[in-house]
Amino acid sequence: MSPWNREFFKTRPIESGRHPTLLRGKAPRTRMGHPGSFLVRCVLLSISDSERAVCAILPGMSAVASPVQQTTPRHSAVVRWTHWLTVIAFIALVITGGELVISHPRFYWGETGNVNMKPLFTIHIPSSRDTVPTGYGYVMPDQNGWSRYLHFEAAWLAVITGVVYGIAGFWTGHFRKDLLPAAGERSWRDYWLAFRGRRARDDAGARSYNVVQRTVYLGVIFVLFPLVIWTGLALSPGFNAVLPFFVDVLGGRQSARTLHFFVSDLLVVFLVVHIVMIALAGFWSRMREMITGGVGADVVVGKERV
Amino acid sequence: MSPISRRKLLTGGAVTVAGVAGLAAADRIARRYGLIPPDGGGVYGPGETLTYAAQRVMGKHALAREFPRGMISKSPFMNEVAPHNDEFKRHQAVNFRDWTLTVDGMVAGPLSLSVEDLRALGTRSQITEVVCEEGWSYVAEWIGTPVEAVLREAGTLPQVRYIVYTAMEKDGWDSLDMADALHPQTLLTWGMNDGDLPVGFGGPLRMRVPRQLGYKSVKYVMRLTATDSMKGIGKGLGSAAAEGGYAWYSGI
Repeated sequence: MSPWNREFFKTRPIESGRHPTLLRGKAPRTRMGHPGSFLVRCVLLSISDSERAVCAILPGMSAVASPVQQTTPRHSAVVRWTHWLTVIAFIALVITGGELVISHPRFYWGETGNVNMKPLFTIHIPSSRDTVPTGYGYVMPDQNGWSRYLHFEAAWLAVITGVVYGIAGFWTGHFRKDLLPAAGERSWRDYWLAFRGRRARDDAGARSYNVVQRTVYLGVIFVLFPLVIWTGLALSPGFNAVLPFFVDVLGGRQSARTLHFFVSDLLVVFLVVHIVMIALAGFWSRMREMITGGVGADVVVGKERV
Repeated sequence: MSPISRRKLLTGGAVTVAGVAGLAAADRIARRYGLIPPDGGGVYGPGETLTYAAQRVMGKHALAREFPRGMISKSPFMNEVAPHNDEFKRHQAVNFRDWTLTVDGMVAGPLSLSVEDLRALGTRSQITEVVCEEGWSYVAEWIGTPVEAVLREAGTLPQVRYIVYTAMEKDGWDSLDMADALHPQTLLTWGMNDGDLPVGFGGPLRMRVPRQLGYKSVKYVMRLTATDSMKGIGKGLGSAAAEGGYAWYSGI
């Protein structure tokens, strides 16, 4: 059995197989009027945990009734909001970060590094500066100005969002309940079974992440994100004046820059795998869960309107 | 279901109102304490203001890292310089002996100083890293006169908030807030690594601001102007770099 089988990626099998549309991971039909009301609805759904309740508040909107009522959402409102804010910040950071690398696609180790010094490695792409020897006969357009502005603004958004998420995560028990591997599920065998998609599922496990997913999420949240913020701050001459050890323990400024690049790469790898897994598990149903919380819209049999 | 959700809506509304009110209050406080940079408007303004305000609150007087002599780079990179204009070439032909630094604006006594006069005002050296926004860097010893000593000699007026510095090169001007202008490591540099400052590295006179990125360390400085506002100077964004799309505050 391949680890890429669909079962592995399913965090929650659909209990009722009577609705063919849902099995293909499509959102249930809802009747909506004006496009503006769709926007209002999205905002309301993002703060409310119940689609039905929103429909009750806003006349003229309706949702498909759900015979299987779930009282808790798949993702809490805090998780959903911080997730999408992080998505916005991360995309901006990756694009602008890549843009900044183009102005000097050489990496060094230690405190200093410049074109007169031997690099640790070079990315063989053209540069946006003609002072960098790249072997290409042309220079890329310089986009560093807005890239720098946006990179640091997006970094603030990511950090503030991360702080809110972190505090809420401990406060609500989100990390303990949803992400920490369960007590009886921490052996190598458990990891292997989960990875092979052979994890036996019971009712309790059907709505939650398996041990591999939990470990990866914890690693991204508590290792990669703190590291990328740390190595990024170590590149700030103003911040280094305040807290010199931030850059000194990393072995110097150029080491910090190289580490920042590698940690960012790992986060991009995570993003790609994350999206692939969501696509395999049912892209639109997973998106719906992360936007609305997914309460009451999961198992739909009837067509009555509320 | 709906009462709970209505409560949630109300809570959400209250949080939003509190957030907007909090932002408005933060904006007032930031203005009151001069924590908004000249380029603090526009779509990137919030990020710039947060960075600038955070660093001014955390460590207004923090010192940039200094390095042991053994870490001075053997192969520093001078970066490219635009072709010098005729006036610069005339100064270069006589070894910059007529180079003068003009100090004007909101000062008790405007000055006109030769590099020799600057040396007499005070000398300080620091071994710090030049950090280019592109990513490269090098460490050198920089020898010069603290800007603070020059401003003390000219007598800046109490309302002064920025020191504008202008280079001989076209579009070469920038400005510092008083925290950086009066900072002991901010030097009008005329020496490097125990020798005169080479032209390629900014000689005869370069501003060195080691707590900010390299582009703040403008080469070929010939004028300091004290002002209480950046309004009316260029586009009011604080520097030629900011007018070209690069942040005024580059302590990042």
